[in-house]
Amino acid sequence: MTQRTRPLSPHLQVYRLPLTAIVSVLHRMTGVFLVAGLVLFVLCLAQIDGGSSSFNAMQSLVQQPFFSLIIWLMIYALFFHLCHGIRHLFWDIGEGYEKILMNYYLILELFGSILLTGISYLFVQLGA
Amino acid sequence: MVEFTLPKNSVIQKGKHFPAEESATRIKQVEVYRWNPDSGENPRIDTYHIDLDQCGPMVLDLIVKIKDEIDSTLTFRRSCREGVCGSCAMNVNGKNTLACIKGIDEYKGTIKIFPLPHMDVIKDLVADMTHFYAQYASIQPWIESQTPAPADTERLQSPEERKQLDGLYECVLCACCSTSCPSYWWNSERYLGPAVLLQAYRWLNDSRDEHTGERLDELEDPFKLFRCHTIMNCTDTCPKGLNPAQAIGEIKKMLLVRQEG
Repeated sequence: MTQRTRPLSPHLQVYRLPLTAIVSVLHRMTGVFLVAGLVLFVLCLAQIDGGSSSFNAMQSLVQQPFFSLIIWLMIYALFFHLCHGIRHLFWDIGEGYEKILMNYYLILELFGSILLTGISYLFVQLGA
Repeated sequence: MVEFTLPKNSVIQKGKHFPAEESATRIKQVEVYRWNPDSGENPRIDTYHIDLDQCGPMVLDLIVKIKDEIDSTLTFRRSCREGVCGSCAMNVNGKNTLACIKGIDEYKGTIKIFPLPHMDVIKDLVADMTHFYAQYASIQPWIESQTPAPADTERLQSPEERKQLDGLYECVLCACCSTSCPSYWWNSERYLGPAVLLQAYRWLNDSRDEHTGERLDELEDPFKLFRCHTIMNCTDTCPKGLNPAQAIGEIKKMLLVRQEG
């Protein structure tokens, strides 16, 4: 690598990211998290396919608090990614760029993702 | 390239401290990024205690006072002191702004002043803008037209056509937005950045310009335009209250509409 003569001015070290930027970073992170979670999901499916003993083993494993936390985090990540993804679709058609509404849309998508997670929780509780 | 940390020679060290006179009552602590190309040392943060009773109201007044009365080696760009030249763009308390139109009283506590983020530093608060200006030149920021100019008049616009340039022509190219953009930090070699793209849209949107097609051809590129991920730092930080993110969205829309024919 060539020797830098001039220093690089600080960036992430000093920049105070606005909420929109933090949500953008979270969108990326939840995306990566969901892909990793997909592997977990496939492993679960494989266990189901392995007969009743492997199904029961998997069942008791995922019912442990740690695993159910991971699963609920994944469900939240899915809905968050979905809601922000919908906002991306609006951006893609040139809508939703108003400066004064930026944080309003942000609250909408956060509220939406929490609401959808809550509905899923109720659904699971009622179903069980 | 994504690099979260600073290179070795850019890591910031502790600097000097300049206390205020004892008679001062309203003291503001100001921290300023300093780097001297002749010293061979890393950048440092100097701390100044400024008597606000003896200082003008703007952030620019603070650093002018430091240069005049405390340390004349402090280097920064400034000219118009009213937000139309774009020279004094810098990072103040974590957000890019023009120092001349930002009031000291808008900040509580210490004021921390850095050069525009992720730029090569020439000295102190002066960043190297060469690449930024070259990118600006690359979008051909002038009217391109085949039609000869009318003999006796200028190329006229209707009030409606002129209105299309509102929110675009006000840009003073201070680079606050581009240097606030993480996408620009990691990909500035190929991504044009919000300021230059807003300017590109200004010419796409000009009724007198006849090169809309060629301009769109130039921008239809995975990096030049499409590195914008709507992080929105640009719109958040613009000291002129403009909306570069929206301008970029409009260009994307123009490309889409053109594809549909």
